[in-house]
Amino acid sequence: MPALLDVQHLTVELPTSRGWVRPVHDVSLRIAAGETLGLVGESGSGKTMLSLALMGLLPQGAKIRGEAWLNASASAASKNLVALRENDWRAVRGGEIGMVFQEPMTSLNPVMRVGKQVAEAIRAHDPHASRADLQRRTLKALRRASVPEPETRAEQFPHQLSGGLRQRVMISMALAAGPKLLIADEPTTALDVTVQKQVLALLAELRRAMQLGMLFITHDLGVVAQVADRVAVMYTGRVVEHGPVREVLTRPQHPYTKGLLAASPTLERGKFLPIPGIVPQLTDLPPGCAFAPRCPWRRVECDAAVPELRAVNADHSARCVLVGEAVQAGHEACR
Amino acid sequence: MTDQEALLQATELCKRYQRGGGAFAARGARNTFAAVDRVSLRIAAGETFAIVGESGCGKTTLARMLLRLIEPDSGKIIFAGRELTALSSAELRRARRHLQMVFQDPYASLNPRMRVSQIVAEPLEIHEPALSRAERQERALAMLRRVGLNDEFATRYPHEFSGGQRQRIGIARALILRPRLVVADEPVSALDVSVGAQMLALLRELQQEFGLTYLLISHSLPVVAQVATRIAVMRAGAFVEVGDAEQVLRQPQHAYTKELLAAVPELPQVTA
Repeated sequence: MPALLDVQHLTVELPTSRGWVRPVHDVSLRIAAGETLGLVGESGSGKTMLSLALMGLLPQGAKIRGEAWLNASASAASKNLVALRENDWRAVRGGEIGMVFQEPMTSLNPVMRVGKQVAEAIRAHDPHASRADLQRRTLKALRRASVPEPETRAEQFPHQLSGGLRQRVMISMALAAGPKLLIADEPTTALDVTVQKQVLALLAELRRAMQLGMLFITHDLGVVAQVADRVAVMYTGRVVEHGPVREVLTRPQHPYTKGLLAASPTLERGKFLPIPGIVPQLTDLPPGCAFAPRCPWRRVECDAAVPELRAVNADHSARCVLVGEAVQAGHEACR
Repeated sequence: MTDQEALLQATELCKRYQRGGGAFAARGARNTFAAVDRVSLRIAAGETFAIVGESGCGKTTLARMLLRLIEPDSGKIIFAGRELTALSSAELRRARRHLQMVFQDPYASLNPRMRVSQIVAEPLEIHEPALSRAERQERALAMLRRVGLNDEFATRYPHEFSGGQRQRIGIARALILRPRLVVADEPVSALDVSVGAQMLALLRELQQEFGLTYLLISHSLPVVAQVATRIAVMRAGAFVEVGDAEQVLRQPQHAYTKELLAAVPELPQVTA
């Protein structure tokens, strides 16, 4: 069976005053039905630009190359999102791919009742639905996202809801038309931890119940560990490491992944190691490995050319010349 | 802890705000809520006292009251033996050099029309008017170097910097007067993980070097766990638990502290 989403060599180019940059550079990834891929990276890594490309929402003037096959139903043929025209996107957005963003307040219409907004999302894909039918499906969508007292909430405006409830409303809208793939871009970053925990539990439950494939974008490795089956780590537009989440987080192979893990604060006291230096500008990337200037294991060949993604094993790969060599020894020496 | 050791001491601080409704809402105590409700605390010299809590718990209101950037409705604040709450505004201005603040959003807290060296030197103009322009400039450059920004950055404007670099500028500006207490309100929450870790490490170094006392405000227990010596957990305007950081993290007593700890997504241990 083909994957729900199969991205092959996707590249996005954007014009800037200092020439063209590639915020997404030769990215390949797959998501199966019911599977969650965590996409991790810091600002400028290209993770959000990748999600925009997959929703046909790239900024004006952007160029896109490669393929992104969406296989949303067993009966219909796969479609290449890269080749879709604007008219075709309307059925895909919401209908086949749902989206949830970081800040629900900026994505919801502040002067429209919540229920009406959910109804609109349903009607966009079913224009002939009757009012009674819309009403029924709206409440069902809100209930599915565990919005308490959906009849009451549907009559309220977004500002009357808490941040967590707003995000639940966003999720119910995103799933209202029954998409098979959900793209969630930092969906819990603006929420308090206790609320984040509830929203993550909700997403996990929906994913099981609806066999949803999910692209979960976040900067938080702890969140990734909780929600994802597999993880792709991005740095300056490229995937630098890719594999099963537990394996990548416990046996990271790329120095950037190791650095991010060591820099992430945990509840353990005083145990964090910053990554020195800063992320290079996309207009000013080195010819070789983009992480080399910050890398404690840098070698001469790192600066010569961008390393290929090398297989660590069948499911796990990393874009580093040290893969397959005595990385461990070097790692110990550095501690 | 005896009174001599406390650098900052607050007793029964209260702040009430009007509850919603705008200008035409009914006035009076019944329509107000306590943003900060009888909070008392003591911060010893040299420690990092962290206040952790979720949005709306009152932690930022409390921090601003401790600097008298917001006037408390009632309660007393004593800083280095002087009652801040009793100072005139001129006396308060003079006292402020010892109490500085680092803000969450380095984008919003720097004047976009000033060069970085001017931004950092500006507090000296106010508090040390006897210094010559060249002396001020030299002190600003030295402080910028100390936070990791060399001289080539000094003539640039804030928009030319990344978030982490801007936070370094904010730290340099806060430290130029050699304050005794630095209040850091969510200093890393707007930054990327790797940059946030650099900032925590820098704050820790500067504390050693300049003998600083920190009041850290954060929503993140993992961030607090890295640097705090004592932790106060705040909810609905009040502290629900205060204690030694180790104790609060390992043997939390209050149900809410336990709930916050349990909600932190955990990372598996790196084995190789």
